[in-house]
Amino acid sequence: MAEGKIFKFHNDLDTDQIIASQYLLLPNLEEMKEHTFESLDPDFPKKVKPGDFVVGGENFGCGSSREQAPGVLKALGVQAVVAKSFARIFYRNAINIGLPVIVCKDLPDEVKTGDTMDLSMSNGTAHANGKTYSCTKLPEYMQNILNQGGLIASLNREEE
Amino acid sequence: MGMTIAEKIIAAAAGVDYVKPGDIHTVTLDRMMSNDGTTHLTVDMYRNKLKHPHIADTKKMVFIVDHNVPSDCPKTAASQKKMRDFAKENNIDFWEGKGVCHQIMMENYVCPGELIFGADSHTCSYGALGAFGTGVGCTDLLYGMVTGKSWVLVPETVKFNLIGKLPEGVYARDLILTIIGTIGANGCNYQVMEFTGEGAKTLSISERMVLCNMAVEAGAKTGIFEPDEKAIEYLEAHGRKPKALFKSDPDAVYAREYTFDLSKIRPVVAKPDFVDNLVPAEEVRGVKIDEAFLGSCNNGRIEDLRVGASIIKGKKVAEKVRFLVVPASQVVYRQALKEGLIDIFMEAGAIVMNPNCSVCWGSCQGVIGENEVLISTGTRNFKGRAGHPSSKVYLGSAATVTASAIKGEIALASDL
Repeated sequence: MAEGKIFKFHNDLDTDQIIASQYLLLPNLEEMKEHTFESLDPDFPKKVKPGDFVVGGENFGCGSSREQAPGVLKALGVQAVVAKSFARIFYRNAINIGLPVIVCKDLPDEVKTGDTMDLSMSNGTAHANGKTYSCTKLPEYMQNILNQGGLIASLNREEE
Repeated sequence: MGMTIAEKIIAAAAGVDYVKPGDIHTVTLDRMMSNDGTTHLTVDMYRNKLKHPHIADTKKMVFIVDHNVPSDCPKTAASQKKMRDFAKENNIDFWEGKGVCHQIMMENYVCPGELIFGADSHTCSYGALGAFGTGVGCTDLLYGMVTGKSWVLVPETVKFNLIGKLPEGVYARDLILTIIGTIGANGCNYQVMEFTGEGAKTLSISERMVLCNMAVEAGAKTGIFEPDEKAIEYLEAHGRKPKALFKSDPDAVYAREYTFDLSKIRPVVAKPDFVDNLVPAEEVRGVKIDEAFLGSCNNGRIEDLRVGASIIKGKKVAEKVRFLVVPASQVVYRQALKEGLIDIFMEAGAIVMNPNCSVCWGSCQGVIGENEVLISTGTRNFKGRAGHPSSKVYLGSAATVTASAIKGEIALASDL
């Protein structure tokens, strides 16, 4: 997969920071995405380019089950979220909407915002700053959902 | 090999005799709940993304408008109308303004042994009645609505042995905050928190709900109690029967075990901006507050209002402080009216609101401004959770919140 810029975030990054409650009832993700990471970096939606990466620490995406959290990241074109660990609802929601979520124990501590990285999902590796990192592969069941573009695409195929 | 309650519920829903942690199973869902936080998106996907839109069983669906109610702006009104119209067109049970979704579910639907998906992270509350409730996103909810099924990765279970009895003036709220403060905000990630032991039996259904409700704040998939005579009594009082009364086997396997002595729990406060940022309440005594909130799916039941009313009776809310009292449902509200609690709060200068999520989710009522401080019985204290990104939220019990509203600064009930 193509190289992209890293946007780095802290441990226990909760979904309220990704998209605050006050924007969740807006009509669609296109309107909501302009408020992504507003409390931490209000310019994020302007700075992020399709193909960029969000990198977090432990327990990324904890808190609220709002699917708008992975939803706005995908709508902004984020290629994947890489973290040391994920909170379970965010992890499941991301796979369901077709946003790759990659567990990588070492990379997050060794990169900063502005670095570039690339990812090979099939090899389970990531590359940044001239170094190769191994990532945990998704269980086959979840990888299948992701490969089909998410749970709705998978459902439409099941029902054909 | 024995199984835990959670494993037995999943096995039954999967139609198999045995499951173990790490297995992935297709399960038939007993019920699905969706609220106004995401349902407009579910409806959009249903209408625009599905090749063959249909609902497997409308009787299993419950839609509840509780987050921004009544609507705060035209865009919210449009999103809620989409949800309301869809529920009506499809004959889905629909509730609006009657209470916070989890309280409505407990009062009207949840049965022991059921597997319930809710498009809200605090769906884990239903373990108070021995059901497996878990929070999902709107795509999962949609898949469940269309097929009646979903997939689950069987979680490990962590056992919490509760011994002793909570002292006077110390509440289930202090207990769960202490547990999360001890194990951390991801202390049970993708696991089940099973609360058991003699101490667990001393807790009422309302108190059990306080514990299970916040399981997600430790990263858990759900929290659960064995349904005992108190659960049966609650069900009977609400005109329902259990689906199944599961108990964990003596040889069930647990990932870890913790023991908490209830008699040693003391009033605690979670400081901004994490639920596990816990200190004894005394340590934050004197922190000036702008607003106090008594309500939410965690702590807005009649038991909590009684605690608050008994403390504030004959006293006044501090000058310049807003004290929001928000019963978790209309059932709770009407009971509070009968008991004279609403009069007590109003005479003290509190603002009594309609049942809803209120400032606990920081989008509708009571949102706080720049650098303001809230002490809350809500579920979370993340950065900006209650309003402006620079504002701060402290979490405490109904007693601590009420005492703080009176003093205008964080205080213990024993300080008054």
